[in-house]
Amino acid sequence: MTDTTEAEPQALPGDGLREGLVDELRRRLGEALVATELRPNDDLWVRIDTASWREAGEALAAMGFEYFCYLSAIDWMPSPYGRGEDDPTEPPPERTTEVVQGVTGGATRFQLLARVTDTRRHVGITLKSDVPDDDPTMPSWSAVYAGANWHERETHEMFGIGFAGHPDLRNMYLPTEFEGYPLRKDFPLLARMVKPWPGIVDVEPMPADEAVPTESPDVEHAETDSTAVAAAAAAEPDTSEPGDAST
Amino acid sequence: MTDLSERQQLSYIAGQAADARLNVELETEGMTLNIGPQHPATHGTLRIIVRLDGEQVVWAEPSCGYMHRGYEKLTEVRTYPQVTTLVNRIDWLGSFANEVPFILAAEKLMEIEAPPRAQWIRTILFELSRIANISLFLGDLGVQLGAVTPAFFAFRDREHVLNLIESVTGGRFHPNFDRIGGLKDDLPKGFVDETRRVMRKMRTYCDEIDDLLIGNEIFQARTRGVGIIPKDVALQYGLSGANLRASGVDWDLRRDQVVPMAWDDVDFKVWTHPDGDSFARCWVRLQETREATKIVDQLLDGLPAGPVMAKVPRIIKVPAGEAWVSTENPLGEMGYYVVSKGDLGPFRVKIRSASFNNISVAPWVLRGVYVPDVITILASLYFILGDIDR
Repeated sequence: MTDTTEAEPQALPGDGLREGLVDELRRRLGEALVATELRPNDDLWVRIDTASWREAGEALAAMGFEYFCYLSAIDWMPSPYGRGEDDPTEPPPERTTEVVQGVTGGATRFQLLARVTDTRRHVGITLKSDVPDDDPTMPSWSAVYAGANWHERETHEMFGIGFAGHPDLRNMYLPTEFEGYPLRKDFPLLARMVKPWPGIVDVEPMPADEAVPTESPDVEHAETDSTAVAAAAAAEPDTSEPGDAST
Repeated sequence: MTDLSERQQLSYIAGQAADARLNVELETEGMTLNIGPQHPATHGTLRIIVRLDGEQVVWAEPSCGYMHRGYEKLTEVRTYPQVTTLVNRIDWLGSFANEVPFILAAEKLMEIEAPPRAQWIRTILFELSRIANISLFLGDLGVQLGAVTPAFFAFRDREHVLNLIESVTGGRFHPNFDRIGGLKDDLPKGFVDETRRVMRKMRTYCDEIDDLLIGNEIFQARTRGVGIIPKDVALQYGLSGANLRASGVDWDLRRDQVVPMAWDDVDFKVWTHPDGDSFARCWVRLQETREATKIVDQLLDGLPAGPVMAKVPRIIKVPAGEAWVSTENPLGEMGYYVVSKGDLGPFRVKIRSASFNNISVAPWVLRGVYVPDVITILASLYFILGDIDR
């Protein structure tokens, strides 16, 4: 499978263009361009300094990236509820709480994510920016890209990230009196909380496959929380905190 | 060409004047009108609040969320193969097209590619969803203007396309047919001949709509010069698909980006229109439907043989990474930003749906128009509620 990707021509017309774009962004933004990642034949990611988020938008708009694709955010904290498939009669499993950012790195729990495209040169850029943990407020793009208005409203209600300079940060979808920010990882998915995941009751052993480690209680892979492994691993009921939905 | 028409300019100025309470010559009283959530023009449950000065809209605000299902949250508790079932329901008139970009994003992260035959069948089904979706739009457009006949034509002929999709996938609206690494199944016997026949039929349907609706004098009077969206505004708001091309931007993801699909192997024209008004949007969509039937015909001619499924593990774990894939869906650019942590399910999926951006221009474009035009402009922008709210 890896042969097919290597056999392909490595330099699409876009790649040289993308390198040029990084250079131009660096010239325009200087230190505010924190990190870049260019994957050949794929895409370009850049991470922008928090304070220069708006300047980055203006620079990109001036560089011909007129088409506003989307703006959203990522909560990098692992969910304390996993995939909501825990057996409520068992003690909750240990989960990692380490915040690990993805492409282009980062230092905060929340990151802003946006994409703009140049429709003439047929190239797009994915932008990221750290959102301060203590005061999750970012400069607004709504004056740069008019379409960012609604996307920022959505991000505000879903992640609780404020946008300084936004004209009207009302809720987009949720009722005004709604409490909490649904797309944050620590916001429980209630459908999975009020009723145990039905997969728990009819656990079948997973088909043996070389891609998946065989189930054994001693394996300490935190990410193998498939139902079979989770059921097998939860063998020590020593912690005295029962699940909230238990009897 | 993309400049505002005189009428639009005048009404825009009048709207601004009314908003600033400077319109003293007539002393009209402002009125707030609530269109929807249950209104035939909203294709679902979109509510639009318009403030009127006489017959003129001075302020308009769509109110979304009546159909918010939280798919971005739900994807986080699903495995990768399960996500296609969810995303089917985003744009429910062109369901198969919703699955493709997500599957492509997952395949990109796994560094696998579907076999050529699967890519071609994917593209055929993708274009069939486009035809099914837009043919309904063309019929429904008449209803918004008081002409009911085109809608019957649309429902009659869309049925043939849905039957085709059903014969392959087993589902008329929610195929859930795309798999990571290929497709669930091969094409059924007799599909190629039947599809050719239906494509001829759909071209006839397009001609009928052209004669019946697009060429109609009343239709043209109601749509030409109405709801003009200039090029720069369309780009700023992220309008995509036919809405963007109707504003004169020559941008089609099928042609302008590289995805492992079969569009590179066929010839098709990307239609644009310089006017940016409601008529242009309808016209571009009509041409696109015609073009899609030709794409399907060409794909049927060159359909390669071979398997429809690559070798993938039985339990799909996607390696850690991030991928963005978008395709030119019936409504416009639909994309998924998939963040994987090497788990059975995605860590985060950002769903970029076309209608959300397309309808976000409504407050801008509805300002200064007259109430009856609100309906035609919304109809020509063409949104699916599931695609706005997700």
